[in-house]
Amino acid sequence: MSDYGKIILGLVGFLVLCTSPFWYQVLSSDGLPAPELKLPVGEQGCVESKEYMRALHMDLLNRWRDAVVRDGERIYVSTSGREYQMSLTGTCLGCHTSRADFCDQCHTYVGSENYCWSCHVEPINLRVEAR
Amino acid sequence: MDKRKRSFLKVAGSSIIGVLGLGWVRPVTAAQVPGATRKPVEALTGKRLALAVDVKKCSLEKGCSACIDACHSRHNVPTQLQAEEEIKWIWKETYEHAFPTQAHRYTESTLKQQAVLVLCNHCENPPCVRVCPTQATWKREGDGLIMMDQHRCIGCRYCMVACPYGSRSFNWQDPRRSLGDQLNREYPTRMKGVVEKCNFCAERLVFGEEPLCVAACRSKSQALLFGDLEDPDSEISKTLKERHSIRRKPALGTEPQVYYLV
Repeated sequence: MSDYGKIILGLVGFLVLCTSPFWYQVLSSDGLPAPELKLPVGEQGCVESKEYMRALHMDLLNRWRDAVVRDGERIYVSTSGREYQMSLTGTCLGCHTSRADFCDQCHTYVGSENYCWSCHVEPINLRVEAR
Repeated sequence: MDKRKRSFLKVAGSSIIGVLGLGWVRPVTAAQVPGATRKPVEALTGKRLALAVDVKKCSLEKGCSACIDACHSRHNVPTQLQAEEEIKWIWKETYEHAFPTQAHRYTESTLKQQAVLVLCNHCENPPCVRVCPTQATWKREGDGLIMMDQHRCIGCRYCMVACPYGSRSFNWQDPRRSLGDQLNREYPTRMKGVVEKCNFCAERLVFGEEPLCVAACRSKSQALLFGDLEDPDSEISKTLKERHSIRRKPALGTEPQVYYLV
């Protein structure tokens, strides 16, 4: 086993190479900027609690989609008793007026692509992209 | 003997671990949300919604296209596409082509060339629904409308082959490319690779408004009647009882729910 040292060195080198993106993030000063959400001004709160929306907004959106498309329902009665129209463009983007300043902040950060916008219309940014 | 005992213990052991492991598996279920969903109270409902087209009153022949324009502009249906990529929800056809089994060699030429309004027939026995592999299109319980779920459509186009009326169109390209500035921001577009068709304005019915084509015609020729056929007192039921009406390709047994008063 005269190559013992070489093998260990090779393995260490391999591990460092594999994990280099993480080291790069940690060590570089201008790493990936954290998401900065622009929240709507003057609103009391979202459809459900902030904690729920943050963790499970995708469940809510899926339920809204099924309710509207499959069951022909349009009204959502939240736990606070307030009624909302289930509409991505109308209700969600009615407050969060910019996809880039809200949705994309986290979705781009974690690399999770959503394909809502290939059909649903954004209030502001679409016109620019379409050209 | 020893070897068989050993392999038995291996299988038994891993099975027990496997069964215990199932406890951690979360079944895939529909998303649970804290709030409740419901229909708006003003929703226009009916047990069998249908449309009657008064071919005598309709002014398609005279160049009117109010119903078609209202539908296509509101629903973001691109109108500038080449014929082979055309998308249509509601359009104009000659009598001869709309009713191939009802026209013959000696049908009067005025009727033969008569412009007829055609759209999805929202059939009682929809062949498109039978063939859809993803249940992206289905017959709605309650009012019998043939619905489309663009989220589920995989663009296989079986439904287009199955529909005997050519009521379904495929998006060969991103519709936004040709919509440009005409995009209606209050209604979604479709995406490349899905099928679309008339939905009898389900998005309006749910808020108690009649379909756009009917609303557009009301101030023009009043040739369109929309209502519930299961309700004997509805205007459409009364009219169909009084006047002769025909349907497209009735022999196929699809039971179209668009009636033509001729």
